[in-house]
Amino acid sequence: MTFAFDLLLALSLLWSAWRTLATPRLDRAIVLFIIFGLLMSLAWARLAASDIGLAEAAIGAGLTGALLLDAYGVLGRRRGAP
Amino acid sequence: MKRFSLVVLVLSLASAFVFFLGGAMLELGPTAIDLRAPVAAHLAESGVTHPVTAVLLNYRGYDTLLEIAVLLLALLAILAVVGRAPASPTRAAHPVLQALARLAVPLMVVVAVYLLWAGAFRPGGAFQAGAVLAAAAVLLHLVGLLPGWSRPRLGLRIGLAAGFALFLAVAAGLLTQGSLLQYPPAAAGVLILLIESGLTVSLALILAGLFLFLSCEAEA
Amino acid sequence: MSTGFIFALTGAILFAAGVAGVVLIGHLLRRILAFNLMGSGAFLVLVGLAQRQDVVDPVPQAMVLTGIVVAVAATALALALVRKLHTLTGQLELPDDVDA
Repeated sequence: MTFAFDLLLALSLLWSAWRTLATPRLDRAIVLFIIFGLLMSLAWARLAASDIGLAEAAIGAGLTGALLLDAYGVLGRRRGAP
Repeated sequence: MKRFSLVVLVLSLASAFVFFLGGAMLELGPTAIDLRAPVAAHLAESGVTHPVTAVLLNYRGYDTLLEIAVLLLALLAILAVVGRAPASPTRAAHPVLQALARLAVPLMVVVAVYLLWAGAFRPGGAFQAGAVLAAAAVLLHLVGLLPGWSRPRLGLRIGLAAGFALFLAVAAGLLTQGSLLQYPPAAAGVLILLIESGLTVSLALILAGLFLFLSCEAEA
Repeated sequence: MSTGFIFALTGAILFAAGVAGVVLIGHLLRRILAFNLMGSGAFLVLVGLAQRQDVVDPVPQAMVLTGIVVAVAATALALALVRKLHTLTGQLELPDDVDA
């Protein structure tokens, strides 16, 4: 049972990573990266690494996502194209 | 055509890498050097009861000292790249968002202090607490209650350097009594909590600064 | 296959995908995204292999915790440099990539 959950979580990680690299629109890619970060927090919880899960949710998904969206807002608006 | 052959080459190299690494991982035997037993054996005299915190701040305390130095260097590099940009004007968000932020931020501060204290017994610690505080600062900036940061003034500079300076002071004090960062078992818990408090404050300011110093040139 | 192996294998695939992304993609913001995927893949390999036995090994977990914080600092510095490049030249790709 847990094998099925782990397999599903691993496949979701790979799917969101692939979609992050392959979407033509950059804002969607950044949001998919935030989703990838949250799925990584679940993976850390499954690997019995709760400290890393806490840090990944706050820093990896939260702060990195905020930085990337801020950069996209500045660069995308000036350039006018993703 | 050149681009297509480059893509094919990189993708085939990546697939070969995954294939060989996966095969090597499946054939790994038990670890030659097993560190779990020494970590568990000396946990009683390390000052904390959570093994990851003990590894981070006692057994491998030198790595954490260098890590906070690296973070401070990264922030200094960002300040050097951004230069003398004026502070961005605060854009006030919708009043409901501001009210929600005013409700959420005190709760986040309480959660951060709890995470700092609980790091000794269960998952938590200085890094998680600092990250939650930094998220609170970024939230306040996004709703317009905290202005963006331009060149840091004296108070902010002291706060940014305080964690690293405190850690260095403890390490220097211990150096006079023996080897580097070897806590006396009686005072280990207190020293770790002291170092973690300094690290939390400094880490929160550095992580918040990574966002707030950058956003100041957005409106220029 | 245990939990550790599944995630270690996932980490290897993520790392390879990240490297391929950094090499092949020209747009600098997307390169930073691929670089972060590389980092996450490497962390998964470390902790996945640490969980092979019944009791979890805490040393790789501490290393990965350090790694996550340093990775966000590196991402912030990379974003600052990309913004400066855009301010100075108006482009979001490196010059030799634009010509290629």
